[in-house]
Amino acid sequence: MAEKSASEYRGSIHQQQKELMLDWYQRLDHAAETGDPPTVSMMISGNCVELLEGFGAIPLYPEVNALQLAIRHQSLEPILAAEEMGYAGDNCAYVKADIGCMLKGITPTGGRLPKPTLVLCNFVGCNTYVKWFEHVAAFTGAPLYVLDVPFLRGDQPSQADIDYVVRQLKEVVLQIEMLTGRKFDYDRFRQSVAYSSEVEDLWSQIKHLAKYSPSPFDAYFDAITLMGPLYVYRGKREGVEFFRAALNELKEKAQAGNGIYEQERFRVVVEGPPPYPYFRTFRDMFASWSAVAVASTYSTVGGLWEFGFRHDPKCPFESVAMHMLAQNVTNRNYLQRYDQIRRYVQEWKADGVIIHFVKSCRLFSAGQGDMRDYFTKQLGVPTLYIESDLEDPRYFAEAQTKNRIDAFFESLEHAKHTAGHAVFERSR
Amino acid sequence: MKEFERTFDSLYEGMQDLSFAGVRNWKELHPGAKAVAFFPVYAPMELVHAAGMLPVLLSGAGDRLDIQHADSRFGSFICSIIKTTMEMAMTGHLEPFDGLLFSSICDSARNLCFVVKRNYPQMYVDFLHLPHSTSESSVDFLDAEYRRIITELERLGGAPVRQAALNRSIELYNEQRRLVRCLYDLRAQSPHLLRAWESYVLIRSGNLMPVEAHIEVLKQALDYLPTRPGKKRDAIRVVIEGAFCEQPPLELIRLLENAGCDIVEDDLAIAQRWFTEDVPLTGDPVRALAESYVQRSVYSSVRHDFSKPRWEGLAEKVRGTRAEAVIFLIAKFCEPAYFDFVLFKKKVDEMGLPHLLLEFEEKLFTFDRLRTEVETFVESLVFD
Ligand code: SF4
Ligand code: SF4
Repeated sequence: MAEKSASEYRGSIHQQQKELMLDWYQRLDHAAETGDPPTVSMMISGNCVELLEGFGAIPLYPEVNALQLAIRHQSLEPILAAEEMGYAGDNCAYVKADIGCMLKGITPTGGRLPKPTLVLCNFVGCNTYVKWFEHVAAFTGAPLYVLDVPFLRGDQPSQADIDYVVRQLKEVVLQIEMLTGRKFDYDRFRQSVAYSSEVEDLWSQIKHLAKYSPSPFDAYFDAITLMGPLYVYRGKREGVEFFRAALNELKEKAQAGNGIYEQERFRVVVEGPPPYPYFRTFRDMFASWSAVAVASTYSTVGGLWEFGFRHDPKCPFESVAMHMLAQNVTNRNYLQRYDQIRRYVQEWKADGVIIHFVKSCRLFSAGQGDMRDYFTKQLGVPTLYIESDLEDPRYFAEAQTKNRIDAFFESLEHAKHTAGHAVFERSR
Repeated sequence: MKEFERTFDSLYEGMQDLSFAGVRNWKELHPGAKAVAFFPVYAPMELVHAAGMLPVLLSGAGDRLDIQHADSRFGSFICSIIKTTMEMAMTGHLEPFDGLLFSSICDSARNLCFVVKRNYPQMYVDFLHLPHSTSESSVDFLDAEYRRIITELERLGGAPVRQAALNRSIELYNEQRRLVRCLYDLRAQSPHLLRAWESYVLIRSGNLMPVEAHIEVLKQALDYLPTRPGKKRDAIRVVIEGAFCEQPPLELIRLLENAGCDIVEDDLAIAQRWFTEDVPLTGDPVRALAESYVQRSVYSSVRHDFSKPRWEGLAEKVRGTRAEAVIFLIAKFCEPAYFDFVLFKKKVDEMGLPHLLLEFEEKLFTFDRLRTEVETFVESLVFD
């Protein structure tokens, strides 16, 4: 057990992120009580949290609530309640957990959650979002706006795509003005976009620290811890302060040659969301091999910044649109995801790819067999494919998953021995 | 009458034919011309038709193709049509097509688009974003999106797409849609003259043939059917909802009818009934198509409509056809249909209507369990 907890990064940022998230939940509780500040339900993927700053409104992320529940082993009850209502066994369990909680009045912290001022479906790639938010609106009676973000069909969005999203963002502004009676503060919005761009720069630098060997943090498991502040506080001064502190702390660690294990043995790239109901168990399966994730696609759901994109206060609406359209993994096309992973493997010097198929999420998982084919056959990268779920505890086959992970690392180890020092050097 | 039955048989064969012989023949007759296929649900066939190509709307492979390769690309919890379409690609069945288009219906279909694209780089594979919004900006967007597709088609075909050709195509497809609406009206009013499985064959086979030929088929049917001998029967009037993409086996539709249901409305192979009105022939044709999609589409599980919730659409359908029950026919792992079921069911309950939920797979071939469920349901209504 001692080795297991050693894998987790626990610096002062860990504590700080907890406080920030607690503070957020407290403000939501306050909003539930007083109606102030206004709250807007949004999806994590390609979220436009900056826009809310222009109203002093705060985001309400049902996904964050759902994952919190799952980590605390509380997701099954609401899932069953939703199934009782007619949701299918094969519907995304995030939705079921969220709706189930709403019906049963369960919240992740025990505090209250407000009825949102606006249910803003920032439809970014995931078609389930549209259904989810239609349902939230129908059950809460809150107004709904579906912000239709064209899927990225080519490499870059067209001008028509950008114009379309900008026009809708402006419609959202009008709608929130109408709903709250508050005037949109453009300067505050622009300032928020500026904070975002700073945060993104810091976050991107953190991601690049994982190129160090050993990596000072795990870019899958630890990155998830940092994702909360990234989505809630990205457009705020607190966000900038938090990520500056995080960067400093991790940089120091990297430069001192401190990794998360005494000796880092394997470097992997992880594709797909984690099994939140078995988060710790799953992490331990990697820890027992001293394997670190140097990059992950899941940590780019809310935004993809390590390849250079930043929000731009000079054209705030356009850059928010650009972020939603092209700079998050969910709205990018599937082949762009292959390419993202390929770059991670090459530039972050990974030994292999772990593909975690989650049954809830077709956005992530439909076609991952082809992805495996691409990496193993076309690129010759060792790839492990495992299946479970991100929210529903009924789909985690612990012994089988562990066996497969063990077998994968054994074969990587074997390959290192037979290939002499070539691969080993890389991973040191 | 004989003639109609003969036509009908050949339509049925054509619909089942995975070698796409009709498409191959068409290409032989039109040397150098291209055929472009769409994955369901809706497809702007006019754009392809106006480019001088043969547009075809695919519907999976039913039980006529064993999945031997596609499972390795699309694993568990994915609906069958994704796998059969992939299998068709991997086994050369899609070879008659020069292009394949997908649209924003669900995440599985979208990812399939890009998997096909990677594996078949010689084919023109594209993704069409159909808006999930009904605002004016959505019309502008879709207008631009259609123009992008037209440019791609021009590149593929090597010739410009002219406005006159687009107008002519819209006119033809309007005619097809009008005739299909007539067919549905006839069926809803006189289910004894036209069974649902028959109208289904009449319509679905049209997805695979030139629209001009399909129009003739529909006209022939509409001429003949009112004179067809047929006895009214005691049956329950039902609406079928949920099978808009992956298609149930024909046998299942017959089973429902034989069990005592008159299927007076459905959303099977719904593309030919997608618009509530004709696409206007005044003004710019591309804009007219875009505007029709955004503002005059039927309600559907694969698009969001601000102006009217989907469940109200279902309620209107039920009222309009004086249906007595709703049967939800949902493809296994079809997430859009699963989600909508919850709010549809709520609405149907509020209306005091009975409903039945049936799950199917296109490749289903034993029906005993489903038959029992349907018979029990029908009995419970008859003896109520
Ligand atoms: S399908 Fe996937 S991306 Fe969509 S809500 Fe569910 S888990 Fe999130
Ligand atoms: S059947 Fe449903 S899940 Fe499958 S491709 Fe069609 S819409 Fe998507």
